[in-house]
Amino acid sequence: MSLGTQARPAETEAVGTSSRRARRDGNGLVVVRSRRLGVSTRVHRRSVVVSLALAAATFAVLCWSLAVGDFPIPIGDVLAALVGAGSDDADFIVRTLRLPRGLTAVLVGAAFGLSGAIFQRIARNPLASPDIIGINAGAAAAAVFVIVVVSGTSAQVTAGALAGATATALAIYLLAYRKGVTGYRLVLVGIGVTAMLSSVTSFLLTRAQIYDAQRATIWLTGSLNGRSWDHVRPVTAALLVLVPVSVALARHLRVLEVGDDTARGLGVRIERSRGALLLVGVALAAVSTASAGPIAFVALVAPQIARRLTGGRTLALVPAALCGALLLVSADLLARRLFAPSELPVGVFTAILGAPYLLYLLARANRIGSGG
Amino acid sequence: MAVTLEPRTDDDTLSPRAAPQRTRAVVGRGVLSSGWAKGGGVGVAVGVLVVVAFASVAYGSKTIDLGTVVDAFVAYDGTNNDHLIIRSLRVPRTLVGLGVGAALGLAGAVMQGVTRNPLADPGIFGVEAGAALAVVVGIYVFGVGSLTGYVWFAFAGAGVASVVVYGLGSLGRGGATPVKLALAGAAMAALLSSLTSAVLIIDIATLDQFRFWAVGSLAGRDGQVVRQVAPFLTVGVLLALASGRGLNTLALGDDVARSLGQRVHLARATSGLAVIVCSGAAVAAAGPVGFIGLTIPHVARAISGPDYRWVLPWSIVLGPILLLGADIVGRVVARPGELQVGIVTAFIGAPFFIALVRRRKLAEL
Repeated sequence: MSLGTQARPAETEAVGTSSRRARRDGNGLVVVRSRRLGVSTRVHRRSVVVSLALAAATFAVLCWSLAVGDFPIPIGDVLAALVGAGSDDADFIVRTLRLPRGLTAVLVGAAFGLSGAIFQRIARNPLASPDIIGINAGAAAAAVFVIVVVSGTSAQVTAGALAGATATALAIYLLAYRKGVTGYRLVLVGIGVTAMLSSVTSFLLTRAQIYDAQRATIWLTGSLNGRSWDHVRPVTAALLVLVPVSVALARHLRVLEVGDDTARGLGVRIERSRGALLLVGVALAAVSTASAGPIAFVALVAPQIARRLTGGRTLALVPAALCGALLLVSADLLARRLFAPSELPVGVFTAILGAPYLLYLLARANRIGSGG
Repeated sequence: MAVTLEPRTDDDTLSPRAAPQRTRAVVGRGVLSSGWAKGGGVGVAVGVLVVVAFASVAYGSKTIDLGTVVDAFVAYDGTNNDHLIIRSLRVPRTLVGLGVGAALGLAGAVMQGVTRNPLADPGIFGVEAGAALAVVVGIYVFGVGSLTGYVWFAFAGAGVASVVVYGLGSLGRGGATPVKLALAGAAMAALLSSLTSAVLIIDIATLDQFRFWAVGSLAGRDGQVVRQVAPFLTVGVLLALASGRGLNTLALGDDVARSLGQRVHLARATSGLAVIVCSGAAVAAAGPVGFIGLTIPHVARAISGPDYRWVLPWSIVLGPILLLGADIVGRVVARPGELQVGIVTAFIGAPFFIALVRRRKLAEL
């Protein structure tokens, strides 16, 4: 599933050494084996192609968003500045001003996409995503508290959101725990907790100074304005840890999807695998919400788009993450340039792009009679 | 209201008790089983409601002694400040609370019956989100600045949103099944609330007005609001009560209902209309007040058993008790200010909701 293994088949077929073998079966799956490492894995060929295409598109949009702005820079100079060979002006604008924001968009989008894919697979419900499960609401209530009551700096708001998301996730898990946690109960408890926390948020908004209320509303929509390297580092660190972990846990996901009893019969320790996966999903959602606000729809829509692109029956994690990154970096480009020189929060655009798609999905599923 | 209903008999084949064993085990019987006990129980509940309503008139941020409260009704003196407060502020507020509580309780009960989903709530149809967006548009585009102005926008928004959700949910084979409706409602609510926040970000003045409506409150509702929503509330309540028998049949599943001679689509349409009118009028009058529609039908079902011809009257009585009770609590705990009723109901309702989710088994949801 990781990009490392995905790059392997071509290489393997070309090299054809005896230590590594690739074999194709009828479902478009390529089996990659390494005798020396004692590792074998199955790779879905179309997922690999789609992932590479998504990654390339994300990089292209990222470069584009680094090039445009109040001070346009030719794309060649952007690439030069990225490797540190540009003029001083271009270096400063690209690497200090625009790159942190672009990278935050990519990383946060990837984290949302991955987190959404994990939740949707655990709950076996396409509507389960961190926004619905209550994690975003916890982050939001805490962040609005920091903005309204403490008048905190943006770093304090981020810390508050992180604490709120973690505490809420823990509370939801404990409330949903009853001889184990099923995905359905988790989602429903999350909906209850969300309702409670959002009433706290709207109460805080009525008690706020109007300018604090406005700041809180912008935060609540999700915005990437004014992101610096200080925002990029924590997300990067989190992703470096969490992406490999989630990819490693993904094979448990596949077994969990066949149902608890079967999975138990196959020898999976359900609670442990599910708990670990939930922890990863929560951490991803918490980190990304803390750094960009509760951006709507990315976690919900990205896995679904990725699934349709890869044509698979299950939600692949890596394409979902890449899809989230592409969505968010594109939405941010729109948010930044569509009404230039004024900027809208990116969350407005993800909603305007994402919600009609979701409704279209539902209408289509209903028409063909698979809507339930 | 309850007296006009025929008491349930044991050979009533349309009641869910005649459903297969599994269903009966799930639904169970209520605390009160005989028809007389239920009728008497409704009478007691109405008594409690009268007490709560009186308390809602008598208690508030300004302390007024009970004698003056009674005088305000029997010996009204237009120059007496306390009398004015009672007649022009607290009585309309209580009336709105009564109507909204009844409408929300009913809307929840009918919606849970139609969707056969124990977690259904007016919020689920996108009703509240639609009303919120319409109110924001009213403030931002048309410069509406008063509660009485919001009412029409809220009602229109709630109506349009629920019609769209119902239409979307009933596309395809099988019509509006529970799952399709719930999904369509959640998606629609997400879309509408995003659009709402987009407008709020553009215009700070709109945000300043909207944030006080969005929390759900009975504060400042005057006689004009009562007059505006009263016709809708009446129609909604009547429609909902009329749909009780149909709901009993629908509870058995579409196929069984059809074979019993029920016109399934007609029953669904009547009940759906009742939900739209009730919840639209409620959200228009008080803003989005959550959890009453969710919790009240469960309490009603626990008391009276699963027959909707009893669940609905109980919901009418219990809804206002909860709403007015929460409103009184909100006024008393935060003196001299007040805690909006939407927040109090969320804090009473959410734990209830979570307990419900924990108790039921997966299959029953």
